[in-house]
Amino acid sequence: MEGSNAETELGVSVGSIRITDVTQDGDLLTFAITSQKLNGSAGVCVFRTYDDFDWLQQSLFSQENLPGLQGIIFPPLPSKAFPSQSNTQTKTLKQLGFLALGQDWQSYCKALEFYLQQVAAHPTLCKSKALDSFLVNSESPGKQRGKKGIFNRLSQAVEEMRKESHKDVDNFFQNERNKNTNVASLSKVATEKLLDVVMTEQKLALACGHFSTSLHLCVNQDDADAVAFSKICLKLSDIIEAVKRNFEKVASNNLSTLGLGLDLESRYQEAEKEMLFRRTCKLIELETVKKNTEKAKANKREVMEAFQKAAEKEFNQISSVAKQEIERFHSSRVNVLQNFLIGWCEQQLNTAKEFAELYSQHLEACRNMYSD
Amino acid sequence: MAASSERSPPPFPDSEEPELLEDSDDGADAFTGTSISEMDSPSPDTARPPKDIFNDPPEDIFNDPLSNINSEPQKKVDTKIASPSSDEAVDLFSDPLDDDSDVISSPEVQNPMPDLLSEPVEVPKSDFKGEPPVQKNATRQQEIFEDPPKTSSKSSSVKKAASSELFGDDDDEEDLFKEPPKVGTKKPQPSGPPVDVFTEVISDVKVKPQVKDDPTDLFAEEALSAPAPKPSASSSSRTNGVHSEEQDLFSEATVELSLDSPHNDRKKKDAVKPSVSAPAAPAASSSSKAQSKTLEELEEEESEDKFDLNISVTNPEKVGDGMNAYMAYKVSTQTSLTMFRSKTFTVRRRFSDFLGLYEKLSEKHSQNGYIVPPPPEKSILGMTKVKVGKDDPSSAEFVERRRGALERYLQRVVTHPSLLQDPDVREFLEKEELPRAVSTQALSGAGFLKMLNKATDAVSKMTIKMNEQDVWFDEKIQDVENEEQHLRKLHVMVESLVSHRKELSGNTAVFAKSVAMLGSSEDNTALSRALSQLAEVEDRIEQLHQDQASNDFFTFSELLADYIRLLGAVRGCFDQRMKSWQRWQDAENMLQKKREAEAKLLWANKPDKLQQAKDEIAEWEAKVTQYERDFERISATVRKEVIRFDKEKTRDFKKQIIKYLESLLNSQQQLIKYWEAFLPEAKAIA
Repeated sequence: MEGSNAETELGVSVGSIRITDVTQDGDLLTFAITSQKLNGSAGVCVFRTYDDFDWLQQSLFSQENLPGLQGIIFPPLPSKAFPSQSNTQTKTLKQLGFLALGQDWQSYCKALEFYLQQVAAHPTLCKSKALDSFLVNSESPGKQRGKKGIFNRLSQAVEEMRKESHKDVDNFFQNERNKNTNVASLSKVATEKLLDVVMTEQKLALACGHFSTSLHLCVNQDDADAVAFSKICLKLSDIIEAVKRNFEKVASNNLSTLGLGLDLESRYQEAEKEMLFRRTCKLIELETVKKNTEKAKANKREVMEAFQKAAEKEFNQISSVAKQEIERFHSSRVNVLQNFLIGWCEQQLNTAKEFAELYSQHLEACRNMYSD
Repeated sequence: MAASSERSPPPFPDSEEPELLEDSDDGADAFTGTSISEMDSPSPDTARPPKDIFNDPPEDIFNDPLSNINSEPQKKVDTKIASPSSDEAVDLFSDPLDDDSDVISSPEVQNPMPDLLSEPVEVPKSDFKGEPPVQKNATRQQEIFEDPPKTSSKSSSVKKAASSELFGDDDDEEDLFKEPPKVGTKKPQPSGPPVDVFTEVISDVKVKPQVKDDPTDLFAEEALSAPAPKPSASSSSRTNGVHSEEQDLFSEATVELSLDSPHNDRKKKDAVKPSVSAPAAPAASSSSKAQSKTLEELEEEESEDKFDLNISVTNPEKVGDGMNAYMAYKVSTQTSLTMFRSKTFTVRRRFSDFLGLYEKLSEKHSQNGYIVPPPPEKSILGMTKVKVGKDDPSSAEFVERRRGALERYLQRVVTHPSLLQDPDVREFLEKEELPRAVSTQALSGAGFLKMLNKATDAVSKMTIKMNEQDVWFDEKIQDVENEEQHLRKLHVMVESLVSHRKELSGNTAVFAKSVAMLGSSEDNTALSRALSQLAEVEDRIEQLHQDQASNDFFTFSELLADYIRLLGAVRGCFDQRMKSWQRWQDAENMLQKKREAEAKLLWANKPDKLQQAKDEIAEWEAKVTQYERDFERISATVRKEVIRFDKEKTRDFKKQIIKYLESLLNSQQQLIKYWEAFLPEAKAIA
């Protein structure tokens, strides 16, 4: 999540990763992704589908020879979009939230782009071969699948959710878990509520549009009075049209800044939660091993102790990576949120100024009309 | 009153007595009944029943004299004098009349004509009967004379201007013929005293400058002057020697009388009460008061362009408890118009009073083609909520909404130049206590309108064959119908806009709350602070949305609702015009029949019945001309009214749009302030 860490081992410039285009073919969205190496070589453009993204994520999950892999907070990949269902807006909305809004999947592309940037900016994940091949290979890597990561299954296993409430041995992690649970749900709610606001703004824009169009019905050129009244109606139509654009602008501002920001925040909180959960699972595993070792017969004790040591070592590695990750996450999320908030505020301010100007022009025009 | 019932023709004692004696609902019912029957009247034969029901006998009585007028006018006058001569009421009325003539000959004389015409407006309070017709005359003629007084103070020129304006090339002779029957129909209702006045008039006329014209001329003028104590006026103006025109003027007025017939009873019952107790004194005082008033009215008319009358309806207040509770509103008027007693005054009125005012106005004016602004509709649901006394926001909104609607209603009434002159309007604004408006209880505003619409619809369906001669009307009727549909559509749009605004405001509030929660559980202090600031900003924005929602509502939704109602009234005017046309056509048909009958009689050689047939033809010829004139007049009025309505509408919408823009601009400026305050907070996050 760190924008500052622009250099990676592979030399991919984080800021250069862009999703420049998206094409829709039935249910399949194809994204054009451009990126550039830091060494100044020419940019590369590849075409990827969601399955390729999914493959990348799974590859990252299942990297080998990485101690403490499970302590990493993996950048969250947005869930799959089904464009053909976009007619059934409510379902898509429920699934994707903000990402389903915006024209031509713009928000969705933004989210995917952000995901790639986060992966590329991650000190450990950026070293992954999978990322390189994802960004550079013209061949679609998604085909070579089958390596469904173990974490995915873990996180989805409902029956294991009760482990979440397992008491942690480490106060730091216990606190972090509590906070995470709290913030994750709150940010989710906030995102949903903002989504409601944006939806309502869009509805209002639509209603204004209808109103403005209907006003044209009142136009009548029969006589002087009718013409005067028609003029007024047209003026009002213009004004309502302006109000409509205002709503559209405000809605898109909300969407492209705070909306995406909150969405990302809430998804990242989920990612942290998953990481913490993985660690908790490891902890439980370790505790079970410990118990078994105590109970174990003498002849097996040595094996068990070695086993326990390995588990302990793994758990400690995970914990230490997790600690770093959490710190990194906290500092970067504040940064990201700040950027979104500032961007949002500035956009709204500009919009407000722009329309204040426009309204006062209309007002002037109306007053002049009045004096005519 | 004894005298009145004695002399009343047979059909009247029954219908009239209860009204006169008691203020019961019967009067109102009887009235609505007749008006309905009038509207429903389906065939040519029954098209004239409303009048016939009341007037058949009078017509009989007077028709003969009328037909005789040409041949032996002197005899007619004699019969007139004979009947009332014994009545003492003559004295009562002759006093005020004398006063009048005195006053008139004093300084105010410079403008005798308008004075005379507007004076009766005040008279009704003390005058016995003929009150409504007089009002009619007054208001009508005031309007007619609106311009002339400004430009000239010479009564003769005034008359000329007015009459030419009104009648252009109309034939005077014909007027004479059809007036008398009208007058005749009037008389039985007022009964007694007016007749006395009548005789008084006649004697007056005789004393005054000997008119070289034939007696029919006299009669026409008497007829007009009879109901009100202004014979001296008519005679004085006659001295100017502009006979024919003047007659025309008055005939115009009498035409109105006939239209009023079904409504008069109601007026009368109000008027009768005071007069019974002390007829003489009030009559004298009111007539003198009327004199001073009318001068002021003149001034008012002259300064009409600087219209200065602010009406506000404020302080809605629940009076009473339970289901008998009602809302009372403070109606404050601020004006520099001299027609009012003071510059500022305040009365308390309840909703049914507003409805009552509308009813009175629409009875008097809508049939003349005036667009009487309709009041807000009665809402049983809304009012019940208020009555139950729950202080929930919806009932507060209801009260506020109604208050606004009533205010706009009154403002529309007073900006109408003719309605402003109506004594009922002034009474409504000034008088401390109003008689309770009874009939509105049974007929809610909506119900009343609906009923009216139904009835008028039936009429228009019936007369749908009317081949429209006037392209302007043809197009306008279509326009109005289209416009009503458009406005309804717009209204729906605005309603949805308002509801979305409210939704947005609600959602913003929820969002603000969840941001606040998020902020409170945030570890990073700067971010936490920024988030709680953001929550505050969102709270304010919510308030903005709420304000804007009510702005949307009150500027547009209510405006559109008002105009949908008003367009209903406009259509009512068109229907009135159509009804008038129908009446004219029916009379034509009748005349045709009579002519055929005459031809048959000629052919059958029955000279004995021939005279009667000829009389009837003359009568119907007069009617046809009059109805045609009626129709032309109502057409002119409706046209004028619709044009005025269009102008008002344009002005209203302009005003509202500017108001709306101002509110939008204000919202944006607030937003700018909020965001500008928040920006540093966001930047401070580290």
